Amino acid sequence: MTSTPTSTTTTAAALPPAPADPVGPADGRLRPTVVPPGGSGPAERERRRELSGTRITDALALVGSGVAALALTGLLASQLAPVRGVAACVAIATVLFVLLYGTLVSIDEDAPAVRDRLVMVVVHGLAFVVLATLAFVVVFTLARGATALPHLNFYREDMSLAGPLDPLTTGGIVHAIAGTLIQIAIALAITIPLGISTAVFLTEIPGAFSRFVRTVVEAMTALPSIVAGLFVYATAILSLGLDKSGLAASLAISVMMLPIMIRSSDVVLRLVPHTLKEASTGLGAGQWKTVWSVVLPTSRSGLTTAIILATARGIGETSPVLLTSGFTASLNLDPLHGPMVSLPLAIFQFVKSPEPTMVARGFGTAAVLMLLVVVLFVVARVVGGQTPATRERRRLRRERLVRSLRRQGVTARRTLARLLPARPARPRPDPSSPAASSPAASSQEKS
Amino acid sequence: MTTPDLHVGDSPPPDVPRTLRTRRAPSDVVFRGVIRGGGVCVLVIMLFVGSFLLLRAWPALRSAGLSFLTTQAWEPDSGNFGIAAVIVGTALIALVAVCTALPLALGTSLYISEYAPRRLRSGLVTLVDLMAAVPSVVFGLWGVFFLQGHITGIAQWLSTVLGWIPLFRVDGSDPSDPLTSMTVFTSSTFIAGIVVGLMITPIMTSIMREVFMQAPLGEREGALALGSTRWGMIRSVVLPYGAGGIVGATMLGLGRALGETIAVYMIISPVFVIQWHVLQNGTSSISSLIALRYGEATPTGMAALMAAGLFLFLVTLAVNFAASAIVSRSRSGASS
Repeated sequence: MTSTPTSTTTTAAALPPAPADPVGPADGRLRPTVVPPGGSGPAERERRRELSGTRITDALALVGSGVAALALTGLLASQLAPVRGVAACVAIATVLFVLLYGTLVSIDEDAPAVRDRLVMVVVHGLAFVVLATLAFVVVFTLARGATALPHLNFYREDMSLAGPLDPLTTGGIVHAIAGTLIQIAIALAITIPLGISTAVFLTEIPGAFSRFVRTVVEAMTALPSIVAGLFVYATAILSLGLDKSGLAASLAISVMMLPIMIRSSDVVLRLVPHTLKEASTGLGAGQWKTVWSVVLPTSRSGLTTAIILATARGIGETSPVLLTSGFTASLNLDPLHGPMVSLPLAIFQFVKSPEPTMVARGFGTAAVLMLLVVVLFVVARVVGGQTPATRERRRLRRERLVRSLRRQGVTARRTLARLLPARPARPRPDPSSPAASSPAASSQEKS
Repeated sequence: MTTPDLHVGDSPPPDVPRTLRTRRAPSDVVFRGVIRGGGVCVLVIMLFVGSFLLLRAWPALRSAGLSFLTTQAWEPDSGNFGIAAVIVGTALIALVAVCTALPLALGTSLYISEYAPRRLRSGLVTLVDLMAAVPSVVFGLWGVFFLQGHITGIAQWLSTVLGWIPLFRVDGSDPSDPLTSMTVFTSSTFIAGIVVGLMITPIMTSIMREVFMQAPLGEREGALALGSTRWGMIRSVVLPYGAGGIVGATMLGLGRALGETIAVYMIISPVFVIQWHVLQNGTSSISSLIALRYGEATPTGMAALMAAGLFLFLVTLAVNFAASAIVSRSRSGASS
């Protein structure tokens, strides 16, 4: 029994390819290893293969078919067919471009490659159309509003003294700005506590009841905003006798924002790692303590994002406000009485007028509103991009910076002291920075 | 390994599960009470909205009966009202919107997830999300002041070429008459639908892009390693994986399009007959009907508007639930 291992090793050494190469030649003869000719020379460096990047033919095909499509469209439009308008020309040029490009590529590629190229062109084109159109919507609004925006009175006055025929140097939208801020503040005062606590309820007390609440909330995200406005109009204004006022508008906005906020906060809270919660519970913390000092701080940035995005939606909603807030041309800071106008509603009313100055004011208001939304969105991105890890890293970096600055300050002071020996009292190193004091000095003190 | 016999007597007691009782700290009891209260509060508000709509709509629904669904006119005070015309208008606007938005959103999301350079990707994602937050009144402005003037040519061309299809026919426009007025092509379902389509494109793009990006890397690399082109990989891996996401995103966009008010209200000129011709001036939708008529509504008119609003809510509800069911059942299972 003891000799068997040695014997198997010898056979294995004698016949190495038999187990290692089952698909090899059956007669057991070994093939000599073929060395590629000329590969070993150090003078000839192996060239790395190009895995990506564009070939010159691709670029030529693209440019060529583009030029050809433009030229053909020009010929068609000017000589052959009565083509009217820029849109039609663009459409014809696009179709021609795709056809020509397909033909060009098919000269030296096979069918799957041609299809790949065509899809690539189409996808790029669609993405370009979408992004360009969306950017154009924004730029168009800003450009048309540019005539109203430079006037300072636009931000300082209301429209009570400015008629439709007045120039842009009188009147402004301060009433709408104030109205929007007041309405959204009231709406947030209602929705933040209610929304966050409901989202915490959905994640912290699971069960049949919370599942039901979640389903109902999900259903309410489908509530069209005009129906939310109609609801508040019928209850608060017609039944309860409330004025058409800022409060009614805030209620309508709240009904609309609440489901959005609950849903996104719920998603954020469910992402909190269970290990963190279990660690907290394992350390003896109760549920309240766990939520307050683990769950909410962990999801703080996500919750902030949820709130800000819901705010952006709420600010931009016109239809619920249209039904509930009434319209006024003067500044009204009292949300309980009298109509209070907000930015979207002001836009809507301005552009109803046929006067060009009023339309310019409408576009200016739209620009202000969009700027507000963009600012909120950017804040949401900055806050939402923070994770506990990045916050910690940033804190560490800050501390290191402070420490190095202190150390530099101490060395500078020491150098200064050495350079000026005439001073009677040597300045001692800063006691508040223990990291700055050298280990030698501390060991001397110890000894 | 023998278990030591711990029982002294000869009959061991039967194994019963220990009852676990949680004794909560007072702070926890208060906390649970408060958040449960928040949940109940939200539930009450939401159910109140739904039940109140139903309650207020009931008189109108009872007096109109089934003719509520078949009458085209909207004269609630003389008892002759129904939502046949506005339903058709709403559906057609939403149809045009989805037809516009689906290819655009599909192309953009594929571009962002598959073609865009890695450095651009996060910027594009942010841009699309930002566009989803642009207020609808801004899109309405753009539609009225820019698109309306530039798209009538396309509408006229479509009606000339496709006029033999009843959907695209325009009464009162004669292609052979060069002096024909372009006003029959303004304020149409087509223009409103395109504007709404642009409004729902970002949200659809965002959902589809999220699903496409989750397509498993192993399968993608497998497809590429078997020699497929990029489009081959997309067709055989990404699109099948994201099919549920595409359908779900489209339906969510449809729900949005059905409920859109202010942009539609700014563009269309309301008529209360069934307008099948999408390119022709004049159409109507439920939400713009509410925005138009709430002001002068008598109690009967209010009840009728409530009924219309309730119907719209039920439709969007059904569409949204169908969408979330499809998305969650699909392989990607993305949360919308």
